[in-house]
Amino acid sequence: MVPLAYYLTLSALLFAIGVVGVLINRNAIVIFMSIEIMLNAVNLSLIAFSQFMGSPAGQVIVFLVMAVAAAEAAVGLAIIVVIHRTRESINVDDVNLMKW
Amino acid sequence: MTLAIFLALATVSVISAILVISQKNSVISALYLVVTLASQAVLYFLLGATFIGVLQIIVYAGAIMVLFLFVIMLLNLKRDEFGPDKKKGQRVLAFLLTLFLAIEILAALKIGLSGGQAVTGVSAKLSIGSPVEVARSLFIDYLYPFEIVSILLLVAILGVIVLVKKRF
Amino acid sequence: MTSFDYIFLVPLLPFLGFLLNGLLGKRLGKPFVSWIGPGTVGLSFAVAAKLFFDLLSLPEASRSIEVIFFPWVWSAEFQTNIAFLLDPLSAVMMLVVTGVGFLIHVYSIGYMHEDSGYYRYFSFLNLFEFSMLVLVMADNFLFMFLGWEGVGLCSYLLIGFWFDRQSAADAGKKAFIVNRVGDFGFLLAMTLIFWTAGSLNFTEVFERAPQFYLAGGGTVTAITLLLFLGATGKSAQIPLYVWLPDAMEGPTPVSALIHAATMVTAGVYMVARCNVLYSLAPVSLEVVAVIGAVTAIFAASIGLVQNDIKRVLAYSTISQIGYMFLACGVGAFAAGIFHLMTHAYFKALLFLGSGAVIHALAGVQDLRKMGGLKKYLPVTFAVFLVGTLAISGIPLFSGFFSKDEILWKAFSSEKMGPYLWSIGFLAAGMTAFYMFRLFFLIFYGKSQFDIHQHHPHEATNSMKIPLIILAILSIIGGYIGLPKSLGGNNAFEHFLAPVFEHGDTMAATGHALSTEYTVMALSIAIAFLGLFVAWRFYVKNPALPERLKQRFSTGYRALLNKYYVDEFYGSTVVKPFINLALWFWQFFDVKIVDGLANGSAFFVGWSSQVFRKFQTGYFRNYALGFSLGVIILLAVIIFS
Repeated sequence: MVPLAYYLTLSALLFAIGVVGVLINRNAIVIFMSIEIMLNAVNLSLIAFSQFMGSPAGQVIVFLVMAVAAAEAAVGLAIIVVIHRTRESINVDDVNLMKW
Repeated sequence: MTLAIFLALATVSVISAILVISQKNSVISALYLVVTLASQAVLYFLLGATFIGVLQIIVYAGAIMVLFLFVIMLLNLKRDEFGPDKKKGQRVLAFLLTLFLAIEILAALKIGLSGGQAVTGVSAKLSIGSPVEVARSLFIDYLYPFEIVSILLLVAILGVIVLVKKRF
Repeated sequence: MTSFDYIFLVPLLPFLGFLLNGLLGKRLGKPFVSWIGPGTVGLSFAVAAKLFFDLLSLPEASRSIEVIFFPWVWSAEFQTNIAFLLDPLSAVMMLVVTGVGFLIHVYSIGYMHEDSGYYRYFSFLNLFEFSMLVLVMADNFLFMFLGWEGVGLCSYLLIGFWFDRQSAADAGKKAFIVNRVGDFGFLLAMTLIFWTAGSLNFTEVFERAPQFYLAGGGTVTAITLLLFLGATGKSAQIPLYVWLPDAMEGPTPVSALIHAATMVTAGVYMVARCNVLYSLAPVSLEVVAVIGAVTAIFAASIGLVQNDIKRVLAYSTISQIGYMFLACGVGAFAAGIFHLMTHAYFKALLFLGSGAVIHALAGVQDLRKMGGLKKYLPVTFAVFLVGTLAISGIPLFSGFFSKDEILWKAFSSEKMGPYLWSIGFLAAGMTAFYMFRLFFLIFYGKSQFDIHQHHPHEATNSMKIPLIILAILSIIGGYIGLPKSLGGNNAFEHFLAPVFEHGDTMAATGHALSTEYTVMALSIAIAFLGLFVAWRFYVKNPALPERLKQRFSTGYRALLNKYYVDEFYGSTVVKPFINLALWFWQFFDVKIVDGLANGSAFFVGWSSQVFRKFQTGYFRNYALGFSLGVIILLAVIIFS
């Protein structure tokens, strides 16, 4: 039997890795991937709690989160495509017109 | 037994996640992400959430990752086109902060790495994770969010089409 | 009794004069001003006289009437009214102020006739009458203070009347500022009185005083000393007398009215009014007596050698007021007020007479440039002689009675009687000497001025008649205070007795009649001695003063330069104060205050320079900020 704590720890760890990925990468696509990692970590903890408490509500939430994640990924990638069209680069550091 | 499987899967997840974020080639990153998502799906099965586990593979690893790969190919990204990182302090700070974040989350759980009740595995209460139960909960208790999310998906589709049109 | 309700007319009429002269005077011209100015004061005198006689018709015990004009300050515990107190003391003061004031107003018509600021002069003079009347008629400290400040203001306005003269403007400023130091004492005293006695009304405070204040205790001593500080400022005693000699820059009638007859006596009036408080504080009375005596002889010594006709009279005023304070200090308040009255007569006379001399010589004020004016100005000569005889204390003239009364009361007082008396005695001798020196230098001897250039002529009637009236008063004015020892019944002292019944506890009574006669004889003797010495110096043997001047040159110079007191004040008080003000300006205001203002602006600019660095434009930095925020929030939630 796996204690709840282990699942939650794993979830926290994956979340932290996702955050690091967002903060240190310059490739926009990899940043998106890190966001997906974060979402997955949260899904994991939701499912773990759902089983722990015996309620299907957690799984419903995960279902909805997945749907939203898909939509978000689609839109985000569309934006990246458009940016690439105008700039020829997807380095996020190049998108700095709002610099002081 | 379940514990061993869990630990193995956990290790795989974490390592492939780390590899996702540290690759120079974005295609390799995407593939490692697939590995992470797949191991997540097995973890869901381990937890008894069969329906969600299947969904994970179909939607996440199947659709979303394919989308990612298509875009990468479309943009024709090559190995590490970016120059050296001008903001080195960013990296150090990022690591430190994330460490702190992890500690905080664990502290929030107040359980630490020890103790806590065991979660019943596959053998118990199969019904919660089954499609029937999930569907019942989804369409009866959470119908409203379900409908909203479907509208959200519609909007996303429209948004994407509008965004990438070259000319109106 | 209804005439008492009209008591408000006495100060109100001059106030109306002030308004009319000030607002309409320039337009309506000199004749209008000449009628309104003195006219309102004359009417005021008539009302005052009527009130005086009505007061006399009342029995002695009930001669104290308060008339409320209207309520003034009415807050929770503090209530004061615009109200007048009519009792023997205020009646005497009212008559002196309006009477002598009226005569001086009439004199001014002639004296100031050529001046372009004619209407301004009379409006200020009327305002002064109003303020002085308020001062002596008020029934509470606050209303009296209104008059007190008012006379100070008018003094400033009138001293600096010829404001285009730098020396006049400076003198006005000096008078006002030195007065202010005294007023500070008055204000503190008022606050203490209210705080301890709960009221500022004279009747209430004096009724409560014996119970509220410990006799000889700290509170009442502090109050009385602070009040006396105010008095030294207004009445030009040591240490705040320095403004009065400089105040001679104003027109001569102003010097006569304000700086001889009325304003400078305000301090004496105030001490006399508060005799109940002073009798509870023997220490303060001693201080008053000592300062009065010392000032008397100090000022007299300076007056011995001054060369300006008005300066001599100014120092003489300071000296005579010293006598009045000496009287109050030994508990003889009635004698002090008596001398106040006679002094008003003969000092006003002397000032107006000197005004006639200056007018005749077209502005010459230096004694060394006069002489031999007896044949040119006979009337002026006669009245001036009367005044000089009166002030020197020659018998039969008013000054003799009042000064002798003071000296006798000083001699017979308990603690320091003989010492105080000897100071006053010497000062009396000096007074006689320098006054007759003045007289002889003006009217006798060889004329030092060019006769063809100056054409001295007698004054006009408007100037002559007041002079004559004042001369008559200087002769007969003393007889109402004729002491018992000479056969009179001292009606003046009896009249004022109800006001001073508490205060007279200080005066001793038990001396023999023979001692009184001896003291009187000594006073007469030294007066004549002074006259004789002056005659020898300036008529018989004019070279004598020159020789003495050479022999005692340092002493002479010290006296001539008024013991260098002004220079002393200048270096110890004025200069450090100016330096402090300069420091405040250059350091504090420019650097600190402006620095704060500019600094805050600079700080805003600097901080926005710093904060703009946050807008890097890099997504990753923003994400970092994000996660930092999340961490901090989580930390707050978890760890609190």
